[in-house]
Amino acid sequence: MTGFTSFVKKETLHILRDPRTMLIALLMPVVQILLFGFAISTEVNNINVAVVVPHWSESVRQSVEKLSSNPYITYQGAIEQGEIDQYMRSGKCDAVVVFSNDFDKVLSEWKQNGTGENAMQFVMDASNTNLAQLGSGYLTNILAVDQMSSDMMPEIHMLFNPQMKSSFNFVPGIMGMIFILICGILTSVSIVREKETGTMDVLLVSPVRPLRIILAKMIPYFALSCINLTSILLLAHYVLEVPMSGNLGAIIVISLVYIALALALGLLVSTIAKKQVVALLISAAIMLMPIVFLSGIIFPVENMPDVIKPISAIIPARWYIDAMRKLMIQGIGFVGVLKDFIILCVMTIAIIGIALKNFKDKI
Amino acid sequence: MTIEKAIEVNGLSKSFGTVKALDKVSFDVQRGETFGLIGPDGAGKTTLFKILVTLLDTDEGTATVDGLDIGRDYRAIRARVGYMPGRFSLYSDLTIEENMEFFANLFGVSVEQNYDLVAPIYSQIEPFKKRRAGRLSGGMKQKLALSCALIHKPSVLFLDEPTTGVDAVSRSEFWDMLHNLKKQGLSILVSTPYMDEASRCDRIALCNSGKILDIDTPSNMVKKFDGNLYGIKSKEMYSLLKALRGDKTIINSYTAGEFHHLLADNGFDAERLKQELTSSGHKDVEIKPIVPLIEDVFIKLLSNER
Repeated sequence: MTGFTSFVKKETLHILRDPRTMLIALLMPVVQILLFGFAISTEVNNINVAVVVPHWSESVRQSVEKLSSNPYITYQGAIEQGEIDQYMRSGKCDAVVVFSNDFDKVLSEWKQNGTGENAMQFVMDASNTNLAQLGSGYLTNILAVDQMSSDMMPEIHMLFNPQMKSSFNFVPGIMGMIFILICGILTSVSIVREKETGTMDVLLVSPVRPLRIILAKMIPYFALSCINLTSILLLAHYVLEVPMSGNLGAIIVISLVYIALALALGLLVSTIAKKQVVALLISAAIMLMPIVFLSGIIFPVENMPDVIKPISAIIPARWYIDAMRKLMIQGIGFVGVLKDFIILCVMTIAIIGIALKNFKDKI
Repeated sequence: MTIEKAIEVNGLSKSFGTVKALDKVSFDVQRGETFGLIGPDGAGKTTLFKILVTLLDTDEGTATVDGLDIGRDYRAIRARVGYMPGRFSLYSDLTIEENMEFFANLFGVSVEQNYDLVAPIYSQIEPFKKRRAGRLSGGMKQKLALSCALIHKPSVLFLDEPTTGVDAVSRSEFWDMLHNLKKQGLSILVSTPYMDEASRCDRIALCNSGKILDIDTPSNMVKKFDGNLYGIKSKEMYSLLKALRGDKTIINSYTAGEFHHLLADNGFDAERLKQELTSSGHKDVEIKPIVPLIEDVFIKLLSNER
């Protein structure tokens, strides 16, 4: 066995002998995908809605009927005008629909003239803005659209993700995070561990070039990431039903580039840190935080202030996530993500360059 | 061409910030010699080792290992020396066997190839070869570390405080092992804070705070000792020491096991001291001239230095 292969073997043994780390490395992606896919979603279900009806007419009854049969809405019954505040505060309802006193008359005016008074009022609990916004949208769709003249209302088509499933959005984001976590943090910690325990000294006093030591370290983590890539893609497609309509080959190639980039980042961190704790902190500070906040996983890049936008541009995850969204959800071909791909490649080469320049074969 | 010297050090200096870890250190180690660096913690032994195995750069001075310059030829040096750091630096999560194999492969050899060299040491731990290194006792860890440092048949062996933290029996065994290795022609540079281990080396360098105080064979060191050294004891050892420190004819006094050792000037009179001590209430005072140990040499050199 040559020095290099025995290195890879040794490194693999380290990972296998540490079941906790391995479990985290292999299970974390699965748990995160499922968690974000199912539990954490920005879709709104089960909005508690009550109605205030001063005068029950046939059309009011029909509207209320529609409300109570809608799967997104939990109908809480009719209440008095004066009770709205109390119901809202107690959390018994998130929204109240107040029908006007002469609902039928207003409605017919609308139908004849296309204009008129307000036929109803939505009172929303805006302490949860997301819920208030989406809820009012739902209510408008359910109640107003066909009651009012339908030609007035715009017809909306949601392309690529017609049900607005948030899991579609999260899968690329999680991929962007997982690979940095596993490749970046685990490799940097494992290199720094050798420095901390003193084994690095023994390794350096040998004919094996330090660069090969590092390279050998990366191989098992690269393999681990490939397993994760497979499991994420399978889960995303078969469990979360992400369409993956784009070029699968492109998804894999770009992911591999991104994994290489994460490994290089890990190496870079390991050249700076001398203690495992420091490596972890640096990793968290320069890798994880920016990814969560600036890459567009949670906050869209378009909404960022102009000062922040250029910063988000230097975060690799942003380009990776962008490419994955386009490929998985929009289903465009490789040409559509060429820009992202090139940027990622350039970043990878740059980081490897800096890391190698920083790497010392002395202590 | 055979190179005479295994290690040659000329005026090495190294500072960490304002701390001078090494201050113009020079010595050389002959081929096949066991050379000991003896000194307390903080003497700069580990720094010197790290410089010689090319892990650290020097600030000043030059050195060669096996005839190779530590600056220019550091890659070649790394390939041919064996280095055992002071701290246990093997993989605790790998077994004895896996550690051995790994370090052999690191140098491009197999365990079988050089088995003869390590056999006397490795055979002692081989029955436990499936055990993880982290679960070994101190003495076994040390044997494993030595085996790993030897498996590629190094020309020069660097052992940084190999016996620190190991029980007395294992320490003695370890020096026997080194003696066997020396017989096979291996040049060994070894450091230790234990003065009593000095006699196991061919030559020693006594060092303190980055400086070498003296270099010689252990027996010459002791022969060269020119001072009146006495051992003294009584019932109350602590107050005895305090009393000794008050006497003007005594240059230095310090604890050394059963007796206190005292270094006296020419005006010293043992009988007079005994009487004085007895009259001031010390019981069973016993004074006798003693043959100095390396420790006494070291303490004397240290007080000369100040």
